[in-house]
Amino acid sequence: MIANTPVSALIGLFLMALYFLMAIFAPLIAPYGMAEVVGGVWEPASANHLLGTDNIGRDLLTRMIYGGRTTIFIATAATLVSFTTGSVLGFFAAVAGGWVDQVLSRFVDLIMSIPTLIFALVVLSVMPVTIPVLIVVMGLLDSTRVYRLARAVAVDIEVMDFVEAARLRGEKTRWIIFREILPNALSPLVAEMGLRFIFMVLFVSTLSFLGLGVQPPAADWGGIVKENKDGIVYGIGAALWPAVAIATLAISVNLVADWVLNRTTSLKGGRG
Amino acid sequence: MSDPLVKVRNLKIGATVYPPGERPRDIEIVHGVDFDLAPGKVLGLIGESGAGKSTIGLATMAYGRGGVTITGGEVWVNGRDILKSGLRDVRNLRGGEVTYVSQSAAASFNPAKKIMEQVIEASVEHGKYSRSQAEERARALFAKLGLPDPDNIGNRYPHQVSGGQLQRCMTALALCPEPDLVVFDEPTTALDVTTQIDVLMAIKDAIRDTGVAALYITHDLAVVAQVSDEIMVLKMGDMVEHGQTDQIINAPREDYTKALVSVRSIEHEEKKPTPDPVLRVQDITARYSGTKFDVLHNVSVDLHPGQTLAVVGESGSGKSTLARVITGLLPPRAGNIDFAGRSLSPDLAGRTREDLRELQMIYQMADVAMNPRQTVGTIIGRPLEFYFGIRGSEKRKRIIELLDEIELGKEFMDRYPAELSGGQKQRVCIARSLAAKPKMIICDEVTSALDPLVADGILKLLLDLQKIEDVAYLFITHDLATVRAISDSIAVMYQGKVVRYGTKSEVLSPPFDDYTDLLLSSVPEMRLGWLEEVVAHRKMESAGN
Repeated sequence: MIANTPVSALIGLFLMALYFLMAIFAPLIAPYGMAEVVGGVWEPASANHLLGTDNIGRDLLTRMIYGGRTTIFIATAATLVSFTTGSVLGFFAAVAGGWVDQVLSRFVDLIMSIPTLIFALVVLSVMPVTIPVLIVVMGLLDSTRVYRLARAVAVDIEVMDFVEAARLRGEKTRWIIFREILPNALSPLVAEMGLRFIFMVLFVSTLSFLGLGVQPPAADWGGIVKENKDGIVYGIGAALWPAVAIATLAISVNLVADWVLNRTTSLKGGRG
Repeated sequence: MSDPLVKVRNLKIGATVYPPGERPRDIEIVHGVDFDLAPGKVLGLIGESGAGKSTIGLATMAYGRGGVTITGGEVWVNGRDILKSGLRDVRNLRGGEVTYVSQSAAASFNPAKKIMEQVIEASVEHGKYSRSQAEERARALFAKLGLPDPDNIGNRYPHQVSGGQLQRCMTALALCPEPDLVVFDEPTTALDVTTQIDVLMAIKDAIRDTGVAALYITHDLAVVAQVSDEIMVLKMGDMVEHGQTDQIINAPREDYTKALVSVRSIEHEEKKPTPDPVLRVQDITARYSGTKFDVLHNVSVDLHPGQTLAVVGESGSGKSTLARVITGLLPPRAGNIDFAGRSLSPDLAGRTREDLRELQMIYQMADVAMNPRQTVGTIIGRPLEFYFGIRGSEKRKRIIELLDEIELGKEFMDRYPAELSGGQKQRVCIARSLAAKPKMIICDEVTSALDPLVADGILKLLLDLQKIEDVAYLFITHDLATVRAISDSIAVMYQGKVVRYGTKSEVLSPPFDDYTDLLLSSVPEMRLGWLEEVVAHRKMESAGN
């Protein structure tokens, strides 16, 4: 198993596991409390503070660990919302066809014609910014893209004889969607899932950076950049750490998604 | 005898396979094949799918397709071993000395370029002819191949000519650079029988007139018998028998060759019509939504319980549309369908579960008719569960019984469709329809995608099952040999109309109408000289005799 896995995927898997474990066990790993002020402003790295301290003297490593927890949790939850909504609606549109498909697809086109970030900012500025609201807004906005992919994949599968055979047997739409189409649409969807997850990480970081995402004192990577961005002027690199974390997480998830896609397509007889 | 043009010695070809869930591994698909081909002679390569015939054909161009590599042996063309030649020499060989005609001309022509441009490309690239010379030669070839309007047909795009014409254009393409050898890879397999005759005759004349040597690859022994001087029978990458065409057809030595020659020898006693047909189709007229013409005109046929009605016709005759109307996928514009003594709702949504259960369908392409992510057990078990509510150990028992009926063991239960051969897949599809205990099964070209021996097995199985289960078949096919083998009554369809209908003996006895005559006489017969006879007969008829 390990021997067959390409090095790139192994690197990706290792980093991904590292980040996810860190997120899950944050309270156990973090050396200090999340919002605990433990030193001076922007202290350099030392044995006590491995990454130094932030703009109000909190331990940066602790903030990074808790920030990762928030960011990864929100991104994962929003990805799940977006996939469930997007793929179920996409499959439904493909199977139902006709006016159902038209109405759903044109509505999705309408939403997609508005830049996602602006739409999200507008919605979040009128709604209370809590984590559940954030997850639902991000998930629903992103589900338009999943919808398009799922519908395209399902339309191809829908014309296969085995789906016709199921219809002729008298199967209901629910069986056709979940038992005939879904298992055959999984591999492109899983690969897309990795990419959408990364997009969610970037999205929540952007929102937090703009002040409409995770609210202080809770930490998240975008927020840490925002809090420490003024330090850059003085040559203090505290804002770079969350940026590095976002970038490495993005790359590692991409590497894993590529590998998953290759593996699943070769299962179906292709050569990846 | 002069030196052979092509000399193949101990040719070995390997490929990499990607079995599901395992590591890729290398296998040998051709195990040391030898043959000689003299200039101007035609060698027929025949075998079932996986026999390695196309792979051997392409090896004479030093080419291995899609992950296939030539691993050993020698291929001599015009006095040199092309497997040891450099890239430059191989380039001169391909499209110059050796050319290739593929099965699907429609998929091989570039749809964005005119036919002429593609036909002369190789000749001009290889510097054999100037552009105007090549065009002149192409026009001469178009005329020789019997294409209409040979002076202008080259200015058309590939989609503007018919399938048979495009296949002849491809032959012109292959002959244009005056090659020494042409590899024909199933050139008529995708064509209707009546078109196949014209293309075969055109190819045969062109080979004779240009004196080119040819490798003719096909799975149809009756076809290869018409065009080749020698035949080589291949099986799983091994040579089975190699001899003169006459000997192979009339006195085959090996058992495998004998089986191929005697294929379609199923005898089926015709049953008489009963007073109560299980299916009565009356005056059906249908068209697809968004179109302005009817694809079925006043079609009426009866199917009697436990009997087989063959619906035969060429592509576009409306036979598959008839199946869609009967299943309810395409509600007709007029007419009605009675099934098992009750009137069927024209559309699927209006039919009861009992209607659906008693009317099952088997498809042409078994591999897309089964969900690739479901096991054989799930596929066969679903109708049991769905129609009869059978679950658990009882369901398992019934699945094993059904697998036994289709002559597969219970170990197949946990396999996925990708792990089955073509014939096994079709058997599983048959079991799935039988699981519903139907009164009638629509079989839509169920043997067309299968090798002749496998197809024979499926037909025998269907006939046996008919006796056991007393199920009626509506058998849609373009293959008259199949029709003869299994039907009780026949409906011949042409352009959406039933042109001839009756019991098998009535339909297949003279006097014939023009279309049935054309169709019957177009089915290749396994004897030498058949092609010439048919063509001569048709010329006589058109001359008014």
